[in-house]
Amino acid sequence: MIAVALWSVAALLALAPAGIVLSTRPRGSIILYGGCLIATSTLCVTALSDLLFFPHLTPSATLPIGLPWLGAHFRLDALSAFFLVVVNLGGAAASLFALGYFRHEDSPGRVLPFYPAYLAGMNVVVLANDAFSFLVAWEFMSLTSWAMVVSHHREAENVRAGYVYLLMASFGTLALLLAFGLLASGAGYDFDAIRASHPSVAVSGVVVILMLLGAGSKAGLVPLHAWLPLAHPAAPSHVSGLMSGVMTKVAVYGFVRIVFDLLPEPVWWWSMVVLLVGGPSATLGVLYALMQRDIKRVLAYSTIENIGIIFTGLGLALAFKAEGLDWVAALAFTAAMLHVFNHALFKSLLFFGAGAVLGATGERDMEKLGGLIHRMPKTAFAVLVGCVAISALPPFNGFVSEWLTFQAILLSPQLPSWGLKLVIPAVGGLLALAAAFAAACFVKLYGISFLGRPRSDVAASAHETDRFSLTAMFVLAALCLVAGILPGLFIDALAPVSKDMVGNIMPHQVGLQWLTIVPIAESRSSYNGLLVFLFAALCGTTAATAIHRFASDRLRRAPAWDCGYPDPNPAIQYSASSFSQPIRRVFGSVIFAAREIGEMPPPSSPAPARLQVELHDLIWDVLYAPIAKVIGFATDRINILQFLTIRRYLTLVFVALVVLLLVVAL
Amino acid sequence: MNALRDILSQGAQMSLVLGLAPLLTGFVRKVKARLLRRRGPPLLQPYRDLIRLMRKDVVLADNASWLFRVIPYLIFAGTWVAASLVPTFGNGLLFSWTADLIAITALLGSARFFQALAGMDVGTAFGGIGSSREVMIASLAEPAMLITVFSVAMIAGSTQLSSVAEFMGSDAVGLRVSLGMAFVALTIVALAENARIPVDNPATHLELTMVHEAMVLEYSGRHLALIELSSQLKLLLYVSLIACVFLPWGTATADAGVARLVFGALLYFGKLAVLGFLLAVFETSIAKMRVFRIPEFLGAALMLALLATLLRFVSGSL
Repeated sequence: MIAVALWSVAALLALAPAGIVLSTRPRGSIILYGGCLIATSTLCVTALSDLLFFPHLTPSATLPIGLPWLGAHFRLDALSAFFLVVVNLGGAAASLFALGYFRHEDSPGRVLPFYPAYLAGMNVVVLANDAFSFLVAWEFMSLTSWAMVVSHHREAENVRAGYVYLLMASFGTLALLLAFGLLASGAGYDFDAIRASHPSVAVSGVVVILMLLGAGSKAGLVPLHAWLPLAHPAAPSHVSGLMSGVMTKVAVYGFVRIVFDLLPEPVWWWSMVVLLVGGPSATLGVLYALMQRDIKRVLAYSTIENIGIIFTGLGLALAFKAEGLDWVAALAFTAAMLHVFNHALFKSLLFFGAGAVLGATGERDMEKLGGLIHRMPKTAFAVLVGCVAISALPPFNGFVSEWLTFQAILLSPQLPSWGLKLVIPAVGGLLALAAAFAAACFVKLYGISFLGRPRSDVAASAHETDRFSLTAMFVLAALCLVAGILPGLFIDALAPVSKDMVGNIMPHQVGLQWLTIVPIAESRSSYNGLLVFLFAALCGTTAATAIHRFASDRLRRAPAWDCGYPDPNPAIQYSASSFSQPIRRVFGSVIFAAREIGEMPPPSSPAPARLQVELHDLIWDVLYAPIAKVIGFATDRINILQFLTIRRYLTLVFVALVVLLLVVAL
Repeated sequence: MNALRDILSQGAQMSLVLGLAPLLTGFVRKVKARLLRRRGPPLLQPYRDLIRLMRKDVVLADNASWLFRVIPYLIFAGTWVAASLVPTFGNGLLFSWTADLIAITALLGSARFFQALAGMDVGTAFGGIGSSREVMIASLAEPAMLITVFSVAMIAGSTQLSSVAEFMGSDAVGLRVSLGMAFVALTIVALAENARIPVDNPATHLELTMVHEAMVLEYSGRHLALIELSSQLKLLLYVSLIACVFLPWGTATADAGVARLVFGALLYFGKLAVLGFLLAVFETSIAKMRVFRIPEFLGAALMLALLATLLRFVSGSL
C-alpha cells in the first residue's frame, strides 16, 4: 500500500520539472494536469481502500534520503489514510477542473512546475513519520503554494499577498520547528521514538501552544489568519481551491498528529485554549466574509469559519478525553474529521465555481456580476449545491458535521471542570451565530452574483464554462449530497481514525433502521438525512403534481411588478455592500469599527452625493500593525550599518570576535 | 398492526397540520379584527384565498429564472416536513426520529435560505431589501432558537422532540427558572420567525416596512399560494412547538388508546386556540418596531436563552 502511495508521490515530483518543458507546449497543460489527475486518483483510491479494508495495518517504509543518520520515515496509519483521501480527492478534483480551466491561464510557466510539486508536498506531510521529513515537506508545500500565489505578480495586491504569506508561513514553520525541537530533545526525530518517550506535562503544554501557532497559522485560525484572505484568492482558482479546501486540512492533520498522537494524555486546559481560539475564529471568520464583495475573498474568509468549527470539535475532543469520557471524545473527534472532509468538498466546489465565473467574465467583484444563472445554468446549479451545503442546511453534508458537534456540546454538563462548563456553552452560542451568518453570507454570494440582473456588460455576455470544469464541480456536488444523506457510511469509515486518536469509537451506524445516525442513544438524538431528503422530495413533487393537475398550470411572462416602480437600470438592485448593510450596522460597529460617511454636496451643486463605508480589521490594527511598526523602526536604526567603510566593518568583526571569545571563556 | 397504526398516525399528523394551518391564521385574524371592533373576514377565508390563488395564472417576471419557479415548492416541502415532525396531539410519531429539534430548526433555515434567494432573483429593489433584512433578522433569531433548543435539551437530556415532550409531561420537571427564560426566548423567536408584530407586519403593504412581504412581492398565483400556505404552516409549527414543550399536558403517549388520542386532539385544539388568542392580543396591544430596534429585541432573546443554558450548567435544579 505504502509503496503505491510513495511511487505516486514520486511521479508527482517527477512531473514538476517536466512542467517547465510542458509549459511551452500547446498541449502541455493537458498532459501535466492529466498526469496529476492520474497520480492523485491512484493515491486517493489506495488510501481509501487502506482506510476501509485494512485500517489496522500500519505499513511503514524508510528511504535513504534526508538526514544521513535518520533516513526518511513514512507510515500509513488510519489518520494518514483519511487525510490522504481528503488531500487527493481535492487534488484530483482540482486537476480535473484545471484540464478545462488552464485556457484562462496566460502564463502557464508560472503555475505548471509548481502544481505537482505542491500536491506532492502535501502528500508527504501526511505520510511523513519523522520530524525532518515532515518539516521539509511542510516547507515545500508552503513555498510551492507561495510561488503560485505570486504567479500573477504584476498586480501589486498579489505581491503584497505573497509577502505577507511568506512571512506568516516562516513564522508558522518556526513554531513547528521549536515544537519538534522540544519533542525531539529526549527521543530524536522519529515519530515512533517521540511517541514512546512520554514528554513531561510542562513540555507537552508548550508544544500544544506552539502547534496552535504553527498549524493554526497555516490553517487560518484567528488571530493568525491575516495572510489567508490575501493569499488564497490571489492564486489561480484551482490552486485557491486546493489551498482553502486541502492545505488548511493538512495543517489540521499536523495539529492532530502531534497533539492527539505524539503527546501523552491531554490536560483539560489544552482544550480550553483550543476552544477559545476555535469558537471566535468561526464567528469572526464568517462576519468578515459577510463584509466582502470579492467572491474569492468571501470564500477565503469562510474557510476561517470552517477551520474554527473543526478546531472547536478538536477542542471538545481534547476536553472529553482529558476527563476520561472517551465515548464523547470520539463523537466530537468524528464530528471534526467529518467536517474536514465536508469542507474540502464544498470549499473546492465553490472555488471552482468562482473560477468558472472568473473565466467567463474576468470579474471577481460581485458588484459587477449578476444574472449568471441565465447564462451559466450548470455552474449556477453546482454552486447552489455548494452554497446550501456550506450554510449547514439539511439535507446536505455541512449540516451533519455541525449537528454532531452540537450533540457533543450538549453533553458537556458532564465535565467536572468549571472553566469548561462556562466556556463550552459560550462556544456553542458562537457556533450557532456562525451557522446563521454563514447562511446570510452565502445568500449574499449567490443572490448577488448569480441571481438578479447583470450589473455589467461582461456579466451580461458570459458563457457556460467547459466540460472538464463542470464535471469536477458536479462530482463534488454529488458527493456533498451523498455525504449529507448517508452520513452513517462516512462516520463508520472514520471509526479506525477515532479509535487510534481518542481511544474509542462512535456507535456503529450502518445497519441501523433506515440508515439513521444515532450518535449516543435513540432517545437522545437521531438524524436521518435520507428520510428528510426523501420526505421533502415527496412533499414537493406531490404538491407540484397536485396543483398542476387539479388547480392551474398556466403561466405567462410579464414585466416585473416591483410595487409599480420597475426601473430598467440594473444599478437599482441591491448590491453586495447594501445587502450586508443591516448586519454591518448591527455587529460591525464594534467588531470592525465600521463607519458610514455620507458626503452631501451643497444645495445647487450638481456633484453626486457619496456614501463611504470604512471598515477596520481590528486584529490587524491591534496585533500586526504595532509589530510591523517595531520591526520597521528597528530596521531603520540598523540600516546605517549597511553603509560603513571597510575599516569600520573590520573593527566590527574584530569586536564581535572578542566579545564572543569572552562569552565563551566566561 | 403496529406499523400500520404508526403510518396512519404519521399520515394523520401530516394532513392535520396541513388542514389546520389556514384555520389558525384565520382564527388569529378574526380575533385581531374583533379586538379592533371590526367584524373581520370569516374564519375560513384563508382557505378560500388559497384556492383562489391556486386557480389563477402565474404571472412571472420576464427575467425570473428556473430557481424562482422551483423555490415555492422547496419552501413548502421543507416547512411541511418540519411541521409534521412536531408532535401535536400525540407523541411517538413513526418518523419522529428522522429529525430532532436542531434538524427541524435547520430545515426551517433551509426554507428561509431559499426564500431569501427568491427575493433576489428578479433583481428588483424591493426583493433585495426584503432579503437583506430577513437575513439580518435570521442571523439573530436562528442562534437564539438554537440556544433555546440547547437549554431545553439539556434539561430533558435529549434533542428528540418526542423525548422532550414526554419528559416535560412527567413529574420530573418541576418549576425551573431556566425553562421560564427559554419560554420567553422561544416566544420572541417565534414572533420574529413568523413575521409577526412587533418584528414585521403580516398585513402590511407599505413598502418601507415590509420584510417578508417584500421578498414574495413578485410571486403570484399557485406560487404565492404555496408560500402563503408555508407561512401558515410555520405559524402552526411554532405554536405546536410551544404547546408541546411548555404545555405538555394531555398529549397522548406513544401507546395510548383511541380515547386518549381523541382527548389529546381536543386538548390540542384548545391549546392552539388559547395561544392563537394570546398572539392576537399581543399583536393588537403593541406597535411595530423600527427595523434597527429588532436586533435589540432579538438580542434579548439570545441573551435569555444563553442565560438559561448557563443556569443549567451551574445548577442541575434551576
